[in-house]
Amino acid sequence: MAAVKVYGPTLSTAVCRVLACLLEKEVDFQLLPVDMSKGQHRSPDFLKLHPFGQVPVFQDESISLFESRAICRYILDKYPEKGNTLLLGRGGLIERASIDQWLEAEGQSFNPPSSALVFQLAFAPRMKLKQDEKAIRQNEDKLKKVLDVYERRLGETRFLAGDEFSFADLSHLPNCQCLVSGTDRGGLLTERENVGRWWAEISSRPSWKKVVEMQSAETSP
Amino acid sequence: MTVKIYGFTPAVCPQRVMLCLIEKGIAFEIIPVDLQKLEQKQPNYLSKQPFGQVPYVVDGDFELYESRAIVRYYAAKYADKGPDLFGRTLEEKALVDQWLDIEAINFNPLVFSIVFNLHVLPQSGATGNAAEVEAAVEKLGAVLDIYDRQLSKTKYLAGDRFTLADLTHIPATMYVVGKCGLSQLIDDREHVEAWWKDITNRPAVKRVISMVDSNALSFSP
Repeated sequence: MAAVKVYGPTLSTAVCRVLACLLEKEVDFQLLPVDMSKGQHRSPDFLKLHPFGQVPVFQDESISLFESRAICRYILDKYPEKGNTLLLGRGGLIERASIDQWLEAEGQSFNPPSSALVFQLAFAPRMKLKQDEKAIRQNEDKLKKVLDVYERRLGETRFLAGDEFSFADLSHLPNCQCLVSGTDRGGLLTERENVGRWWAEISSRPSWKKVVEMQSAETSP
Repeated sequence: MTVKIYGFTPAVCPQRVMLCLIEKGIAFEIIPVDLQKLEQKQPNYLSKQPFGQVPYVVDGDFELYESRAIVRYYAAKYADKGPDLFGRTLEEKALVDQWLDIEAINFNPLVFSIVFNLHVLPQSGATGNAAEVEAAVEKLGAVLDIYDRQLSKTKYLAGDRFTLADLTHIPATMYVVGKCGLSQLIDDREHVEAWWKDITNRPAVKRVISMVDSNALSFSP
């Protein structure tokens, strides 16, 4: 049995971020489902693992962690020689800082509006919640402005932090996938020349295709 | 060569960077950016920080934006200088990363909403959204309950030493307590209160406050 355990459903973008990282690094893991529709993430046992009642939770022989980006950083630092060794650059602080900068852009500028859109357009209908049209418009406008910045950047470099695929690009995969497959707003990405090129390239990585397969397997009857 | 911080010292994100550099004893200059005149949205500024936010730093040939990426860079670069803000082992660092992300994703959006509606908008003559504030205060209370439980087990968020995870909370929380009349959020929680008193008593925090009050534009250790 793999020492590494990830708790959470594959429909969670944050869980998929961690799975993508583990697959890129070729680190074996066990995925343990958490049924959020039954409130398992709010059970006293789960709250001991994640006091905020969110997914994913990561455990190995040394630590129990939450927050998907922090989990990924731990995996990348713990296994520098395994799998893809370039996700944090080639070891220099400056290269790593550029990756951290675009990771913050993902977390602070890209994630909020894209998550809100994905929630309103993909999850709310499934949960039989009323969609908030104002929230959809506002978040779509915010996301467009962010993607305009990305479009210019990706006209200068092949990937966000430079010319190699890094953790900064990986961190965008889950929400981008949701926008493209789960909503009718995929054009926000695919209709921008450079963003579209970047999306096509990062989403065709074998590790990401495997995550998408895992999502289909979990949601199939 | 002195580090140059492009920003506005009363603003939260530049203060995060100032705190880190002062803790580490690294000299810096502030190059003022006039937020009232929306200088950060002008083409000249956008060519350096395309999201139109403060701060960005220039350190010789190296430029970087996103305050949390900047503090990670300097904490790593000067790991052996001043207090260790990051953790010595892989596991310690992972816990710092975890709480840094909790601040960025679970704490900051709520605090931003409160400070924006209760302080920033009124200062410019506009009215804040009371309903938004009420909702944010309630959610922040729930988050701080979790912090209180964590801080009943460890002196600081990531363990028994002050780290970046505590530091990144300081600027925005100072506004919540000092300019929004919401000190009870802190004072009503025993361990959060003790933590807050401890971390705001640090010389670096007092130095930032005095720099802002006196409009100082440089720091030398």
